[in-house]
Amino acid sequence: MNFLKKYLRKKRKDAAISWKKAKSSKTYYLFLAPYAILFTMFYIVPVITSLCLSFTYYNILEPPRFIGLQNYINLLLADDVFLIAVKNTLLLAAITGPIGYMAAFIFAWFINELPRYLRAFAIVIFYAPTISGQVYLIWAIMFSGDAYGYINAFLIKFGFISAPILWLTNPKYMIMVVIIVTLWMSLGTGFLAFVAGLQGVDKAQYEAGYIDGIKNRWQELWYITLPGMKPMLLFGAVMTITQSFGIADVPIALTGFPSTDYATQTVVTHLVDYGSIRFEMGYASAIATLLFITMILCNKVIQAMLRRVGT
Amino acid sequence: MNMIKHLKRSKPNRSKGGDFGIYFLLIFFGLFMAFPLVYAINSAFKPLNEIFVYPPRLFVQNPTMDNFQDLFVIMSKSWVPFTRYLFNTVLITVVGTAGHIIIASMGAYVLAKYDFPGSKTFFSIVITALMFNGYVTAIPNYLVMSKIGWVDTPWAVIIPAFAAPMGLFLMKQYMEGIPDALLEAAKIDGAKEWRIFTRIVMPMVKPAWLTLMILSIQALWNTKASNFIYSEELKTLPYALQQIVNGGIARAGVGAAVSLVMMIVPITTFIIVESNIIETMASSGIKD
Repeated sequence: MNFLKKYLRKKRKDAAISWKKAKSSKTYYLFLAPYAILFTMFYIVPVITSLCLSFTYYNILEPPRFIGLQNYINLLLADDVFLIAVKNTLLLAAITGPIGYMAAFIFAWFINELPRYLRAFAIVIFYAPTISGQVYLIWAIMFSGDAYGYINAFLIKFGFISAPILWLTNPKYMIMVVIIVTLWMSLGTGFLAFVAGLQGVDKAQYEAGYIDGIKNRWQELWYITLPGMKPMLLFGAVMTITQSFGIADVPIALTGFPSTDYATQTVVTHLVDYGSIRFEMGYASAIATLLFITMILCNKVIQAMLRRVGT
Repeated sequence: MNMIKHLKRSKPNRSKGGDFGIYFLLIFFGLFMAFPLVYAINSAFKPLNEIFVYPPRLFVQNPTMDNFQDLFVIMSKSWVPFTRYLFNTVLITVVGTAGHIIIASMGAYVLAKYDFPGSKTFFSIVITALMFNGYVTAIPNYLVMSKIGWVDTPWAVIIPAFAAPMGLFLMKQYMEGIPDALLEAAKIDGAKEWRIFTRIVMPMVKPAWLTLMILSIQALWNTKASNFIYSEELKTLPYALQQIVNGGIARAGVGAAVSLVMMIVPITTFIIVESNIIETMASSGIKD
């Protein structure tokens, strides 16, 4: 009882101090206000609304009707397509996430070795897929299912196959195509952060390492470069996880919506399906909530793992 | 003697074989990355008889400007004049970018330099927001917009762009590198907060707001805004251009010219400010 009173008294004193501090920093709140208001209105409120809507049945035309956990139960137990979508998303995330992340780092490291002008040129080439917006549609032409598609024409010319393969509509090949195109697009903001971070590692540490006997570039990478870049690695990981769980534009644009046999259905395409075609907002919100929770958990795990790099 | 020779070379442990391997891999993957872009550029200049040749060729034999001429002809015949689409997109991009830079910098300045109750919590919420998926917020965003009454106006696209989380994050990380002594000296000389912000801080963080400019231009230039905008005269350039591409086989050449035109603006702006972006990104790590 005594402990509780002491705790409450301490909390009240802390609150009073914070209140005094807040009153003296009025201008700071004013500076932050425009951003905070807009951010709350357009980022926080929609997420909380989405959370609340996930417990209702809502089809936009009628007011939402509270149905409790029914959406979640349907989602996890009665929806076959969702399970396929989860399997596809995990597969895509597990392959393109780590590989894209390591590729971004490895290419940033390679590019760092080039002389200065070549470096600027190489950065533009490697970052170009990300800035150019819709260019991944070109891959739809490359992988086109008729004999005009570049890949088909190439394989037919060299005799590997005798009839064109339907890359984008045959369930056997669709996932591979999506993986290749996603990897092509995976050198994004994380890549820029790595390039910048590599240039910022302390040169004195490298020289100390050479004196101490570091034999080749791989040792240098593991013992000096990576630990010096931990903040960048964390940032790149957050970006990669966000992107790999949210893969939806590429499958929709390349393989159709819905794809044959739902072979490239991902969690987000499932969400878009229920949200904008069937207008079941409650169900779509439930999917979105589960996705969000999964991403937060993954981020925590990855950050814990990255803290141990280089030790 | 040996040690001095070692210290003179900048990276003594680089083997020739390793260097060769790196160049080889970079060239190989560089080609892989650049391939669709090279294809896009070449297709835009191909005359019609080369687009459908079999077996398909990558490089153009007789480059012509026919596709671009056809593009202008088609655009001049559209129901809404072409320049209107261009104007809409430019309006969204310019206003959105300007507002984003100002508002995000103001917020980032106080988050980076001053400690007041709620600042750390707010920043961790913003980092979490980096993880939101666009679709998660799109569904209720439409409801919010219709309640405010901004559906079918460009504000529905511009105003949320002011509050993009990536901008605040990068700006704050960069501003943390500004020496506190400078700000204190300004305060001693009697400057108010707004003056410090506009006259001292903003010129110092030029690389950061150039980066914000690029990221914002990239996002807003390519936005189709099909969620919120329905009346024809408010539609954006990507939407109009997509309609051309949807015209099918007959528009294959014009479609390639269209993709080239859409690509030019972000890539050019990126090349111009590239070194500034790298400098900003150097401070973008998440420290634990």
